[in-house]
Amino acid sequence: MFPSSFDYVAARSVEEAVAAKAGAGDDARVLAGGQSLIPMMKMRLAAPAQLVDINRVPGLDALERTNGQLRVGALVRHADIARSDLAFGAIASAAPWISDPLVRNLGTLCGSVAHCDPEGDWNSVLLATGADVVARGPSGERTIPITDFVVDFFTNALRDDEMVTEVRIPVPNGRSGGSYQKLERKVGDYATVAVAAHLELGGTGAIARAGVALTAVVPKNTKVTAAENVLVGNHPSTELFEEAAELAAQASEPRDDVRGSAEWKRNVVRVFTRRALTAAAAQAQQG
Amino acid sequence: MTLTQKPSTPPEIGGIGHSVRRHEDDRFIVGQGRYLDDHTLPGMLHMAILRSPLPHARINSIDTSAAAAVDGVVAVVTGELLAQYNLAWMPTLSGDTQAVLATDKVRFQGQEVAAVVATDPYIAEDALELIEVDYEPLPVITSPQQSLAADAVLIRDDKEGQTSNLVYEWEAGDGAATEVAFARADRVVSLETHYPRSHPSPLETCGCLADVNSATGQATIYMTSQAPHAIRTVFAMVAGLPEQNIRIISPDIGGGFGNKVPVYPGYVVATAASLVIGKPVKWVESRSENLISTGFARDYHMKGELALTNDGRILALRVQMLSDQGAFYADAQPTQFRAGLFHVVTGSYDFPAAHVQCRGAYTNKAPGGVAYRCSFRITEASYLIERLVQTAAYELGIDPADIRFKNFIQPDQFPYETPTGFVYDSGDYPTALRSALDAIGYEKLRAEQAAARDEGRFVGIGIAHFTEAVGAGPSKKYDILGLKMIDSAELRVHPTGKAILKLGVRSQGQGHETTFAQIVADELGIPVTDIKVVEGDTDNTPYGLGTYASRSTPVAGAAAAVVSRKIADKARKIAAHLLEAADDDIELQNGVFSVKGTPGRSVTIADVSLAAYTNLPDGMEYGLEDVHYYDPPNLTYPYGSYVVVVDVDPETGVWKARRVVALDDCGVRINPMIVEGQIHGGLTEGFAKSSMQWITFDEEGNCSGSNFMDYLIPTAWETPRFELLETCTPSPHHPIGAKGVGESATVGSPAAYVNAVIDAVAHLGVRNIDMPLLPDRVWSAIQSARATGG
Ligand SMILES: Cc1cc2nc3c(=O)[nH]c(=O)nc-3n(C[C@H](O)[C@H](O)[C@H](O)COP(=O)(O)OP(=O)(O)OC[C@H]3O[C@@H](n4cnc5c(N)ncnc54)[C@H](O)[C@@H]3O)c2cc1C
Repeated sequence: MFPSSFDYVAARSVEEAVAAKAGAGDDARVLAGGQSLIPMMKMRLAAPAQLVDINRVPGLDALERTNGQLRVGALVRHADIARSDLAFGAIASAAPWISDPLVRNLGTLCGSVAHCDPEGDWNSVLLATGADVVARGPSGERTIPITDFVVDFFTNALRDDEMVTEVRIPVPNGRSGGSYQKLERKVGDYATVAVAAHLELGGTGAIARAGVALTAVVPKNTKVTAAENVLVGNHPSTELFEEAAELAAQASEPRDDVRGSAEWKRNVVRVFTRRALTAAAAQAQQG
Repeated sequence: MTLTQKPSTPPEIGGIGHSVRRHEDDRFIVGQGRYLDDHTLPGMLHMAILRSPLPHARINSIDTSAAAAVDGVVAVVTGELLAQYNLAWMPTLSGDTQAVLATDKVRFQGQEVAAVVATDPYIAEDALELIEVDYEPLPVITSPQQSLAADAVLIRDDKEGQTSNLVYEWEAGDGAATEVAFARADRVVSLETHYPRSHPSPLETCGCLADVNSATGQATIYMTSQAPHAIRTVFAMVAGLPEQNIRIISPDIGGGFGNKVPVYPGYVVATAASLVIGKPVKWVESRSENLISTGFARDYHMKGELALTNDGRILALRVQMLSDQGAFYADAQPTQFRAGLFHVVTGSYDFPAAHVQCRGAYTNKAPGGVAYRCSFRITEASYLIERLVQTAAYELGIDPADIRFKNFIQPDQFPYETPTGFVYDSGDYPTALRSALDAIGYEKLRAEQAAARDEGRFVGIGIAHFTEAVGAGPSKKYDILGLKMIDSAELRVHPTGKAILKLGVRSQGQGHETTFAQIVADELGIPVTDIKVVEGDTDNTPYGLGTYASRSTPVAGAAAAVVSRKIADKARKIAAHLLEAADDDIELQNGVFSVKGTPGRSVTIADVSLAAYTNLPDGMEYGLEDVHYYDPPNLTYPYGSYVVVVDVDPETGVWKARRVVALDDCGVRINPMIVEGQIHGGLTEGFAKSSMQWITFDEEGNCSGSNFMDYLIPTAWETPRFELLETCTPSPHHPIGAKGVGESATVGSPAAYVNAVIDAVAHLGVRNIDMPLLPDRVWSAIQSARATGG
């Protein structure tokens, strides 16, 4: 497999990367882990004129908790998150489900977020927990809520001259739990169906915040607001979770394909939403 | 039958029965293997192939001018150009024709349309994008049923006299006797199922490096070939080159599984390009090219019916099979048998009558039908009979193990002639199945299954008992394009007592460099580490038909044993001369020749080897060298009993194999470690086929499975753990009693996994789910069984 020819810039700083990108317009692409971009180039599905490699930019690999936020830099690999004690709830649950160890060692959370592949896992997790994407352009930095960042499949809210420097995820301070339930055909496969669930419990034990989001069964990673609304204010119970699961199933728009029928996928959304919420509640109630 | 087998040589010699570490692994493990793409030659050019995006279309025109103008492009080849050399079409291994580069129509997605030869592979790839082909789309046929419908468009309008899409009709057995048996039966049980298309997908894709010397006309072609000698002969026939001027070198091969048996258009185009341009030309497929265009396997639509008595005795079997052959009939199989050895479908059971009717149809899919890790369609046969017997058990209310015990061919019935004409050599099936059931704890599992059902959990226990027919084959019946399916070994023992063994077969990872050396070590007592095995170079090895269909050990392994015995006979005479004794008084054991009754008087094989070049009896020819061409008297019949336990999630249809017990009897095991490795590989492939690994097409004929994200091969993660057992029933006619094992588990295990999942839901009335058993298929089967009140 031989990609088309392209120019290559190894940026040494965010400023350099942004400048290179600004210079080349939408024909330039940031190269992070390369786990989506390189395969697309090899199959000639993508033919960027220029690659701006950020792997040598110092400081982008920070994974830390500050100001009640988990900050994930643009060079933090999936494997770093899977190994880290700082990850929590749905984030910790999802990390080992991203592809296989080879991809996890190189691929980045920020790259996955930027890529906006509806079969990618991280955007659903972040839609459930809430998160801000930090973008840097020639004129400075701005913060984009994840709900606004994911515009459509393979489409994010970045301008041509911007790149993502980090993602900030709020760390709940009360009792919380989360879970990511993914059906894959084998290790290394994208999701056929996946559901992210995040719950925060109030003092009475009722649900104070809820996040539910779907992967691969909707045209883009999607937050199921109807299910979240049903959950908030109520105590965790099987009936409640079944009701939310039904709403999630209704919100899904699966299609028949080689992975299976739409009807079956919708059923799996239902089952997995219930299981994810049950696991999230059990975790919240323990902690 | 014996339960265990003991080596007769000490470990220093490392003959048969020792788990000698694989000689070839040293170079593979440290990255010193030499695969095709590791080879470069001075002035070498690179070739890339343009493939059809459409599965069926007329070609109105091909414009190559822009591609030809690219800097670095040396030539653009089209079918029209090849036609000038009479090379636009080539014969297939089944006697059909196949387009090298399309001239009139494209007949499957991925078909070769044009090729670019350039100074570097990137330029070749860029230039492909500049070739403009004007296609006129035609109706697309994606199933053999559609293909044989009266109004179907004719795919092979290139063939004179071809009026329909029927490829062949073939039958075996006795139709009349079978009808009589069915008329008398208490019960008839039937099963319709599809063994889906899959692809062998060796990790190394196919390719070649052709180097035709314009001065001498000598063509040296490095090629990923499992059968270099046969390919050389085919090349001589296709290209009209004198055979002595063709040298095929098949270097280290990164897996073949049948995919590297056929001749592919890329080989022909690269060789023609080298001939015309006068420089070496390399062509190596990408992963997608390998998956969408080279030899597929399986794709059999099968209907089987059993005639039974009420108490479960089988009276007869009736089978109708329709195969999807793709656009060209390119099965690699013996000429006489149009559906390979599919008629071995009577399996391990003793009943008097069978009738097997086969038809094949052209479709707009890639050609192939290669024996993917199986002996010519035996996988499909074994799958059908084992699924069918299991179905009969449910329908008659008999335990699936019991119905097998009731119908097994008994140990005292061997040699056993089946109603379709195979003569099974040896076996003890009841002991095999009983041992596997005991190992898994069958009766306890049945109790657990019943209890689990009461709690809404689904547990399934699947059994498959297979008999394979391998080692093609006796020259009376077996040939490919007229070439008899013999194989050969040439052995030379050098003055220092070290030996070189050359064979006509070609290892692709099976460990020939170790196992064949062990055979010689066992016969002559030369330490296994002192024997080099050479394969794959047609100028440097004796003629043979190659490695596939588990034939290397049954045929070439036999040749290695026989040639060693020829050497031993001569060595014995030399020893007699050295020991001043009569020939008949000399005994050979573990490399020592001694005089019967006087143990003190002896010489070693090394002494004799030196004498063969230095000190011979009068009149004897110098040297210690011989060659043997082995024509097997019969096939060999390895068998096994596999039992699989699965847990099925009723809510999602997801299933997991909890335990896999596999008992294999492949006769004498040359290297038990390698045998176990082969079985592990086969059990993994069986799991793959039953759960995920298939190639399918949408209604427009687009192939979904063109890369490893879509064509799924299981990793160690999801593959179950295997528990292996063995019995040893030597083949009575094979020189060392070996039967071949490279494919047993691929053949036998798919039915075990599928039977296990069906068993988990059989109480609901489910009888069939086609492979692969994707969760949605399992879930749908449960849903519809429940809806109909199962
Ligand atoms: C075999 C395989 C299996 C996979 N399975 C899964 C899976 O199960 N689940 C899953 O979620 N993902 C999966 N992936 C994708 C993987 O997670 C990628 O790592 C991820 O999608 C992209 O991250 P990356 O760092 O590799 O980005 P790259 O491939 O380098 O880039 C991807 C895209 O994002 C852009 N980009 C990257 N970083 C930035 C940035 N900082 N700012 C702006 N734009 C940026 C690039 O320009 C490019 O357009 C798989 C990949 C492979 C090869």
